[in-house]
Amino acid sequence: MNDLFINVTPLSLILEPLTHEFMRRALIVSALVGGVCGLLSCYMTLKGWALMGDAVSHAVMPGVVVAYALGIPFSIGAFVFGVGSVALIGFIKQKSRIKEDTVIGLVFTGFFALGLVLVSKIKSNIDLMHILFGSPLGISSSDVQQTLIILAVVVAILLFFRRDLMLYCFDATHARSIGINTGMLHYLLLSVLSLAAVAGLQTVGIILVVAMLITPGATAYLLTDRFDRMTYLAIISSVTSSIIGVYISYWSDIETGGSIVLVQTIIFLFAFLFAPRYGILKSHGSTHL
Amino acid sequence: MKNSLNSHTRGELLGIEAHEVCVDYNGTVALYDASLQLKAGSICGLVGMNGAGKSTFFKALMGFIRPSTGTIRINGSSVSKAQRDQIVAYVPQNEGIDCSFPVSVWDVVMMGRYGSMNFLRIPRESDRQAVWHALERVELLELRSRPIGALSGGQRKRAFLARAIAQRASVLLLDEPFSGVDVRTEKLMSELFLQFRNESRTILISTHDLSHVRDFCDLVVLINKTVLAYGETSEIFTKENLTMTFGGMPPDLLSGATSSEDYFQ
Ligand SMILES: Nc1ncnc2c1ncn2[C@@H]1O[C@H](COP(=O)(O)OP(=O)(O)OP(=O)(O)O)[C@@H](O)[C@H]1O
Ligand SMILES: [Mg+2]
Repeated sequence: MNDLFINVTPLSLILEPLTHEFMRRALIVSALVGGVCGLLSCYMTLKGWALMGDAVSHAVMPGVVVAYALGIPFSIGAFVFGVGSVALIGFIKQKSRIKEDTVIGLVFTGFFALGLVLVSKIKSNIDLMHILFGSPLGISSSDVQQTLIILAVVVAILLFFRRDLMLYCFDATHARSIGINTGMLHYLLLSVLSLAAVAGLQTVGIILVVAMLITPGATAYLLTDRFDRMTYLAIISSVTSSIIGVYISYWSDIETGGSIVLVQTIIFLFAFLFAPRYGILKSHGSTHL
Repeated sequence: MKNSLNSHTRGELLGIEAHEVCVDYNGTVALYDASLQLKAGSICGLVGMNGAGKSTFFKALMGFIRPSTGTIRINGSSVSKAQRDQIVAYVPQNEGIDCSFPVSVWDVVMMGRYGSMNFLRIPRESDRQAVWHALERVELLELRSRPIGALSGGQRKRAFLARAIAQRASVLLLDEPFSGVDVRTEKLMSELFLQFRNESRTILISTHDLSHVRDFCDLVVLINKTVLAYGETSEIFTKENLTMTFGGMPPDLLSGATSSEDYFQ
């Protein structure tokens, strides 16, 4: 260990970790999860679904536990509970006079509590800490496989429906008036959200997954007035922070999920301060054109 | 009186048909037994007081509110088919959009073309031409690359009108297109509507300015929770009918005109 620190160079800081199989795996998975969540985060922030993202990501918890207990892929259990929570939110909102944000908070804490109870009751080899905080450095190859499949499905849906989803977020009335099935788009976006939450919990864990689903979008939103550019910027910032986060976590031995999200937050703060048009320190002469 | 148009429309193409449409909001009736037949290729004014159900009628025509009873047909087909075939375009009274959304005026008008594009919504040259042309007609070409949020209220209204134009629909449903626009834009819009009629499109406009009805509407629909009367403007747009529409108030007070004789020759 000691001689490693003696001849440390910037290049070796980057290359040395790549000699480990687990680091290569962690970097690839984190970068891909970051990219996909970054793309989705544009829709989440523009649609105003931050709280919904938080809800879905917490609500998948009991699904993961049940799936592990039953020996089925965790993604299926998570997906069922993610979509189920959304359906329940919709149902309670419709049938009662309670405001939506209250219903969302109520449902996701309920699901999350159910997950905690199940973890403590069901005998399994699930590590609660891994679910809650993610562990990209210790991800198993079967989990990698599942995550890659999920990501592929999410990307395919988002790319295929990107214009329709953008229109849906911007002006659902118009989307309906030109014959687009907005109900389908609504549930499609929610399903994609559930899937992305499952993928995200692999890298940063349930508690912080919502950051993956909103921070890159919020950062990009401060930097541009074009939707397409916003998606590129969100993806770039998200992938970059995932990679840097994993490296920092490796070299300084800190929580990976925490370090990824912290890097994301720092990038956001930079945009918040220095964004050319919407940063708070922008030069006074800049106009709003 | 209700059926005064039937003699004219028999055998002609109908742009908009509603048959005994009833709409309620959680039990509160907003519209009942609303029936009308508007012939294609005409400008039709929809007149009634605040809360008379004009916007509700538009929403029912677009299928956004499901009528509890009654049927609606647009150019002879069902509403959903008309929408899928891009036969009908709708500009709501309030766009209800997030004005900080990162899209330009051009992007917004291009959304009018989505329904005619392939599934991935990749614009072709013809789509770009339609958008360009629509922006030209509402005189917004110079502002095309502005973010939609950086437009004034009246300019935004024109942008959404341009989107409806770009859609190239033959039936246009415009809910209060004149609210909040200056005289110049008002003139521009009314000239546009006359051009649309020459292109044999059907236009339904709700308005609170009765002079619009007199100036360029071929047909007029008077509405107060139901269709009170409709037909040729010259026949229907009478002082008695208007007094009835506005709940006994003399129309000259409502229109703000100096003399009610201006409106009724
Ligand atoms: N979402 C709603 N829920 C309940 N009632 C509604 C709703 N929208 C409209 N109404 C009621 O239905 C009636 C018709 O409303 P509508 O918006 O169609 O009126 P309008 O003719 O467009 O009025 P205005 O000239 O003010 O635009 C009103 O009494 C209104 O209070
Ligand atoms: Mg209205």
